[in-house]
Amino acid sequence: MSGAAGPAVEQPASFEFEPEVWAQAEKIIARYPEGRQQSAVMPLLDLAQRQHGWLPQAAIRCVAEKLGMPYIRAYEVATFYTMYNLAPVGKFHLQLCRTTPCWLRGADELRRAIKDRTGLSHAGVSDDGQFSLVEVECLGACCNAPMIQINDDFYEDLDYESCTNLLDRLAKDDVPAPGPVNGRRFSEPAEGRKTLLDRVEGAS
Amino acid sequence: MLQDKDRIFTNLYGDQPWNLADAQKRGIWDNTKALLDMGPDSIIGQIKESGLRGRGGAGFPTGLKWSFMPKESDGRPSYLVVNADESEPGTCKDREIMRNDPHRLLEGCLVAGFSMKASAAYIYIRGEFVMEARVLQAAIEEAYEAGLIGKNACGSGYDYDIVLHRGAGAYICGEETALIESLEGKKGQPRLKPPFPAAVGLYGCPSTVNNVESIAVAPEILRRGAAWFAGLGRPNNTGTKLFCVSGHVNTPCNVEEEMGIPLKELIEKHCGGVRGGWDNLLAIIPGGSSVPMLPKSVCDEVLMDFDSLKAEQSGLGTAAVIVMDKSTDIVEAIANLAHFYMHESCGQCTPCREGTGWMYRVLTRMVRGQASVGEIDQLYEVTKQVEGHTICALGDAAAWPIQGLIRHFRPEMERRILEYRKQAA
Repeated sequence: MSGAAGPAVEQPASFEFEPEVWAQAEKIIARYPEGRQQSAVMPLLDLAQRQHGWLPQAAIRCVAEKLGMPYIRAYEVATFYTMYNLAPVGKFHLQLCRTTPCWLRGADELRRAIKDRTGLSHAGVSDDGQFSLVEVECLGACCNAPMIQINDDFYEDLDYESCTNLLDRLAKDDVPAPGPVNGRRFSEPAEGRKTLLDRVEGAS
Repeated sequence: MLQDKDRIFTNLYGDQPWNLADAQKRGIWDNTKALLDMGPDSIIGQIKESGLRGRGGAGFPTGLKWSFMPKESDGRPSYLVVNADESEPGTCKDREIMRNDPHRLLEGCLVAGFSMKASAAYIYIRGEFVMEARVLQAAIEEAYEAGLIGKNACGSGYDYDIVLHRGAGAYICGEETALIESLEGKKGQPRLKPPFPAAVGLYGCPSTVNNVESIAVAPEILRRGAAWFAGLGRPNNTGTKLFCVSGHVNTPCNVEEEMGIPLKELIEKHCGGVRGGWDNLLAIIPGGSSVPMLPKSVCDEVLMDFDSLKAEQSGLGTAAVIVMDKSTDIVEAIANLAHFYMHESCGQCTPCREGTGWMYRVLTRMVRGQASVGEIDQLYEVTKQVEGHTICALGDAAAWPIQGLIRHFRPEMERRILEYRKQAA
């Protein structure tokens, strides 16, 4: 019940996997037991989406045929999970975490920064196609809140200013390294760390 | 404070590389064959004796769960399913295990799977963890290449596969039967129980679903002995635990600590204290969004373990500590969580599908005070109608935070309603 927007109005007539993508798909299908190919429906929908940029109905149909399952079963999967984009998204797809741990630390400020920089409010695709936005529920990076997922990567420990800087760079197709923007290592305390001190770089 | 020598997750902060060579320097995959040589019964016995309780939220004794698996196969294979669909708001610990210490999880998969005579482990990782999935997949390939898993795993004569499966964005898939449905290539809607997964699980075969952390600690428990683990924490609440502290603290972080650490000590020692000092604390959600909050008066003294938090009508859950200082709009904080449950309800059971939306809409009005005092009782009543009347625990999880809000902050909710009335008049 979590699929966001409905399918796009304009749909391509057909979809085929590119040979190298299909080679990957075959490797994935082989991981599941004989007769259980349907288990590969989620990874294959993901591969189709990566190839096409979003997930058109023709791609869902293609995946269903390849796995020998009824179209409606594949369509149910594609509409149930939030990560399948049934309509085109921007070059940089922003997923803003809005749930309480991020909200407590300023998710509203990130929403404001996104609106100021891209004009997007809550959802949609920018006119130039550079950005799209969707507000999502907890992304599981709460110790590095607030954060945004951009395409595959998490950008963490953001505030209004660093979020604006990030968007400025992306507008110029300059993609910064993912992770905490304030230079902290993963989810260690930003200062005053008291554990595993003999483990830090240089020591062993 | 737990000493470093008693920590299991020695690469929690990624100070060292995750790869096999470095993992082996941390003692992982060190003569794993000797652990397997203990035999399935002895492994399960040690895990039972250690007192390990599931780290995914419910706190069910892990060794006992493993013992439910059939001792003799009726021709069907058995499976271990690892729940890496970490999505409970506040929780971000399994992510660190998977990206910084994946081999610890993989070794645990082999040992746990062997003890329950499973032929394979399926690790279900949430779809958004793309980078984590890449690391874990690369670690799996390293382990196959080194002969640690696959045919004759670790030279034990035992064949064992590990398969990584990525989700695609659905909190409900953290529920074990929804996860199994999803793994079979369907919508993630929970199944009725019984039958339980140990009888009919993945592909209709006996299966055990365990959290990442529960599985990852198993080899270390076997190496150091059950008595070592049982000696940490308190009876029935033993061992070490990863705590995820988020919200209004000075330095939010993940940290491994002893079970039963006082909540105040956890926050002051590792997280730089509450923003503005301890007296600026309003309330804490101690175990992920599904457990009721604690007001400051309880936070002053409470210990972080299953039984202590249960005694305060809350729970340890995933040990995700969400801290809220006095600047927090407490009604909005819970309305935000209500939105979460509304969004994540799978829609299968009417009380949850309709109830989560109803509760969110009422709470949203209550943020502004646009309600009547009687509606607080009505809201409480609806949470009771949802709780316990659904196939899975998502309905309960949606109800409990709201019950916690009413229990501890009813005067604040009433104040807003009266204020709104006054301004409207």
